[in-house]
Amino acid sequence: MPSIQAEVTNVATNRPQAVKSSLWRQSIRKLLKNKLAVGGFAVVVFMFLLCFVGPLFSPYTDNKVNMTMMNKAPNIHHWLGTDKLGRDVLTRVMQAGRISLTVGIASMVLSVFIGTLLGAIAGYYRGIVDQVIMRIADLLLTIPSLPLLFIFGALLSEWKVPTDYRMYIVMLILSLVGWPSLARMVRGQLLSLREREFMQATIVLGLRDRRKLVNHLLPNLVPLLIVIATLNIGGAILSESVLSFFGLGVMPPTPTWGNMIDAANNMIDFQERPWLWVPPGFSIFATVIAINIFGDGLRDVLDPKQKR
Amino acid sequence: MSSYLMKRLGYTLFILLAASLLIFCLYALTPGDFITGNIKLSPERKAELRELYGLNKPLLERYVIWMNNAFHGNFGYSLDKQQPVLKLFNQYVWNSFLLAIVSTFLTWLIAVIIGVIAAYKQYSWFDTFVMVGIFAAMSIPSFFIGLFLIKILAVDFKWLPPGGMLTTGSNATGVAYLKEVIHHMTLPVIVMTLLGVGSLTRYFRSNMIDVIQQDYIRTARAKGLSERKVLFTHALRNALLPAITLVGFELPALFGGSLIIERIFNWPGIGQLYMQSFTVRDYPLLMGFTMFIAVLTVIGTLLSDILYHVADPRVKI
Repeated sequence: MPSIQAEVTNVATNRPQAVKSSLWRQSIRKLLKNKLAVGGFAVVVFMFLLCFVGPLFSPYTDNKVNMTMMNKAPNIHHWLGTDKLGRDVLTRVMQAGRISLTVGIASMVLSVFIGTLLGAIAGYYRGIVDQVIMRIADLLLTIPSLPLLFIFGALLSEWKVPTDYRMYIVMLILSLVGWPSLARMVRGQLLSLREREFMQATIVLGLRDRRKLVNHLLPNLVPLLIVIATLNIGGAILSESVLSFFGLGVMPPTPTWGNMIDAANNMIDFQERPWLWVPPGFSIFATVIAINIFGDGLRDVLDPKQKR
Repeated sequence: MSSYLMKRLGYTLFILLAASLLIFCLYALTPGDFITGNIKLSPERKAELRELYGLNKPLLERYVIWMNNAFHGNFGYSLDKQQPVLKLFNQYVWNSFLLAIVSTFLTWLIAVIIGVIAAYKQYSWFDTFVMVGIFAAMSIPSFFIGLFLIKILAVDFKWLPPGGMLTTGSNATGVAYLKEVIHHMTLPVIVMTLLGVGSLTRYFRSNMIDVIQQDYIRTARAKGLSERKVLFTHALRNALLPAITLVGFELPALFGGSLIIERIFNWPGIGQLYMQSFTVRDYPLLMGFTMFIAVLTVIGTLLSDILYHVADPRVKI
């Protein structure tokens, strides 16, 4: 209960700034002691820098088709070789990372937003609203997520969504599939939180619903949400790559790590030119493992009870 | 408990019914069907076929027909394979089951052994190594690791076949047949085990850590029991018991096949069947498959709730 503690000590010491951040500062200090988590965070930062800043240093960002440089193995000019249109693979891996990371983060933000909102409403108001929301969540959880993703992906193709916009719709699809489990968890947490003494106090004080929810209940969920959100980014990146690999997610010419691995569907590229599809695969792996390790470190610090 | 169970069953049926409607609508509303995709047919023939398959009827009527048939044990007729869906399932599901049961067994075996040792030596060098391994296993993109291992083990070193269940054109029987299948399933089983072992090891490790800190373990040690006996008789039993609830959740994975792995390894299982039908929009099969998994999921959840009560009678259901 960071807010309450902070407020209480606030009155006592009258030094709002220093005290207010103490719980967070404490958590950060604890996190810094976990070498594995710090390592994970470093790799995540590195991947972000590589993808968002890296292309600025590459001489090949224009993606010009260069017939004389087709399918070259890695060499001094092209560290990861070139593809069938003579484009530099390293540059494309970095540009693809921009899309993959953006899709991962955006769909995480969306699903955390939808999940928290619906879960909080269900858990707080209970009754019929709760019934309706949770039944829908149960229903979506019953249908296997991969076929569900495939159907939505196929819908995109049938509706001839322009390739530039597909990326945004893929984010929507991923969050649509991702919110139910989150809503369920938030609801569970709220159901137990609303019975606590500090919530009785808010009733006695006669606070309005909105203030109870926004100022007193949701702050208690923040640590849990940070952890879930972090771990969800990894999951979203994986799902996006699966969809794009099967040609149902983000489509070329927009590169993502998933659709770059699609090169492996070509027999000759698969057998003779591993530089086309191995680097994006390892990029996914490195990013997701780093996010998972960092997220687990966060969990140890912020939400030790949920450890599993 | 029985009244709870009745209520629970009723709710399960309700969810399944709602799921069937949603699944039907999702597939039925997707533009394009098996017939539009076929360019060899003339418009007249297309209309004729639509009439024949009942695709021109109103949506609700089609749903009622589908559900009615399903209750009579008829899940439709695959347009692509020209066989009843149920018969196709029966033909393919056992191949999927073979992969799943072997890899599930290996996953559990490895997870229990490594999880227990890691928990026993918590914070040791070995434990850290295991933790990193767990995260690695949980972070692998399944299709990529499949492709990568095919490239290395099958294409470059030629130790294992790249895919399929039998060598093309093979008509081996008896022991030779068995050997061939085992040879072909090695690689997919390795990948599936690798993908599943991470989260399960983590589960057993944290269970075991909880148990080791209990008072009865200290009592067992105080009685002077050997460390082996303490660990394997007193601790392991209690750490394994909660895991039986996981059995229910394994159900869809056991019979549902794996869309990605079977696709990558060209394994003639139910997941591969789904992926093939998906490209030609063979709706009866797609709907049947999705519904099949939904039923398995629901039964699995129900089963694990009941098993939870069996494992720990203190838990009221």
